[in-house]
Amino acid sequence: MAAIETPELILEAGRASRHYWADLWRYRELLGFLAWRDIKIRYKQTTLGVLWALIQPAVTLAVFTFIFGKLAGMPAGNVPYPLLVLCGLLPWQLFAAAFSNASGSLVANTHLISKVYFPRLIVPLSSVAVALIDFAVVLVLLAILCLWWQFAPDWRVLLLPLFVVLTLLTAIGTGLWLTALTVKYRDFRFVVPFLLQVGLFLSPVGFSSTNLPNWRFVYSLNPMVGAIDGFRWCLLRGEPALDPANLAISVAMAALLLASGLWYFRHTERTFADII
Amino acid sequence: MSSPVISVSGLGKRYYLSHEKRQDTLRDSLTQQFRQLGRRLTGAATEPEGEEFWALRDVSFDVQQGDVIGIIGRNGAGKSTLLKILSRITEPTTGRVRLRGRIASLLEVGTGFHPELSGRENIFLNGAILGMSRAEIARKFDEIVAFAEVERFLDTPVKHYSSGMYVRLAFAVAAHLEPEILIVDEVLAVGDAAFQKKCLGKMQAVSRSDGRTVLFVSHNLQSIRQLCHSAVLLAGGQVQTSGPCARVLEFYQHGLAGPVVHVVPPPSADLLHCGYVTSVSVETLEGKPTSVFDVGQPWRIRVGFRIAKAQDQFVIAVGLLSPDGSPVQTSWFPPRNLAPGDYEAAFIQDKVILEAGSYTTVVGLSSHGHAFQQFQSERLDISGETVVGTYVCASSGVGVVLNSMRQELRKIP
Repeated sequence: MAAIETPELILEAGRASRHYWADLWRYRELLGFLAWRDIKIRYKQTTLGVLWALIQPAVTLAVFTFIFGKLAGMPAGNVPYPLLVLCGLLPWQLFAAAFSNASGSLVANTHLISKVYFPRLIVPLSSVAVALIDFAVVLVLLAILCLWWQFAPDWRVLLLPLFVVLTLLTAIGTGLWLTALTVKYRDFRFVVPFLLQVGLFLSPVGFSSTNLPNWRFVYSLNPMVGAIDGFRWCLLRGEPALDPANLAISVAMAALLLASGLWYFRHTERTFADII
Repeated sequence: MSSPVISVSGLGKRYYLSHEKRQDTLRDSLTQQFRQLGRRLTGAATEPEGEEFWALRDVSFDVQQGDVIGIIGRNGAGKSTLLKILSRITEPTTGRVRLRGRIASLLEVGTGFHPELSGRENIFLNGAILGMSRAEIARKFDEIVAFAEVERFLDTPVKHYSSGMYVRLAFAVAAHLEPEILIVDEVLAVGDAAFQKKCLGKMQAVSRSDGRTVLFVSHNLQSIRQLCHSAVLLAGGQVQTSGPCARVLEFYQHGLAGPVVHVVPPPSADLLHCGYVTSVSVETLEGKPTSVFDVGQPWRIRVGFRIAKAQDQFVIAVGLLSPDGSPVQTSWFPPRNLAPGDYEAAFIQDKVILEAGSYTTVVGLSSHGHAFQQFQSERLDISGETVVGTYVCASSGVGVVLNSMRQELRKIP
């Protein structure tokens, strides 16, 4: 057996386990099980089940198309406006779900944290998996709309996974910060919905970021700008052209968030069981 | 002798108790920070945050491979903290622990069980949480199901299980862990008597095979004696004594384990003007405070209380909760009017005696049928070690109250 062999282990104050990353790898099955649990119970005792993953983006899509496309009359290039919006909604929904799941994950798993040892990183990481399932469902919606408008993506679609990763890393980086902070300060529970609400309008979800030519440099400091632009570029045949400099800024910001999030999480992890 | 598998030296764990002012909201922390900044600027000394409390202090002991060691002590002696450190849930403040071997801890049965998932799914989930690999769980799956006796309900969500089935399933998963070092908190105190016996048997089997090392915490002195070779007695976060099981148990049972501290909560502002309990003492009829009794031994509870304002229809009552938390018995004085002053009430038990186990005392004050103070106080351990008088067996498994009925036997002519 021996999935977890520990030849000799020393427990001491301030001694961050030197085997942390190896431990994380050993506990990968637990990560899978926790993700599987979350997915499994997500739509238990609901009548519509996984359809809920479809209803929310569909309604948002209709509202945004109406507000930004019809009322504000924003340009969409030669792409149907709903497709433009959906390509923004896809990464945003992925980010929003992954971020809010990760933020609440530690407190939601208090009973595990106070009773069993495992690398705590597993908890926020596994919580992100559910978001991927919903994401896959919305991809189906996109496929249907593409068929409807007879719009076929080209080779660029093959690069889409890179931007999915960028979105997830952004969500994990911010999620790690928030979940570790929430363990000590429950105030941050109220910050998460607020951040998501503001972020939805600060990110180019309902419109194309080409509408702000002068500000794109500053705008790209929001890593989701790079992710959303990337999604559109991949799915809409490179339609709003991708600016490498702006993309680099977004990627760098995402990396910074992830690195600092990891640092803060690891820094506070040792005290989780005492204060949660 | 080979080097120990567990070596604990100078272990300490400090907590900060923050009275009244909670510091776990951001605002509190921010105002605290500002205040400290202000003090630092004005040159005043910084105040420590809250009162310091050492749950463990300078604890050292070694455990050899194959040892089954019992950790005993009163509530608040630091047993749980020690287990939490050994199972890596929390970090020590001082000292160090060296562990050699794969370790698994069982601080609770059914950790991570999800009510919406089926029995089958929960076996895998719980197994993974306890550190088993998927292949390992799959291999032992049938054994686990058979041990838990839940074959028919494997695909039912566990929220529909009876509490007995739930506990059986949870323990069954845990019982099939195969670590080199097993840490077990008081998990045997669940389930019915028959199942407890089965669990104890399983624990014995686990510890006797393969030279596995077991650390075992329990309030049930009988099971400690049955399972353990040696024991460590903790009191006030320190090791009081350690060594062969029988000697440590004797030390504990004869009240040598330090002064008996009774839990009496400080009265709230309302109670100060009304009336409140000042002391609780569980003791022998000779007045020797202790919390461990043999089956058959008489005992009493003395409750001191202060009446601040004259009380009409005043009642003082005590009760006992069984190890699983259900109320077993209660006694109260008939309602009477009391003038302000200090009083002492004694409740004496010399006939009915309870089955071996760990009970909790409850004390309550009321007036006109309205309870104004009620709290759980000291734990009371009734040991099955020795038996006083005519009680033959200490734990019957079929009744908490032993031999309280008058008996008659006659030969029918």
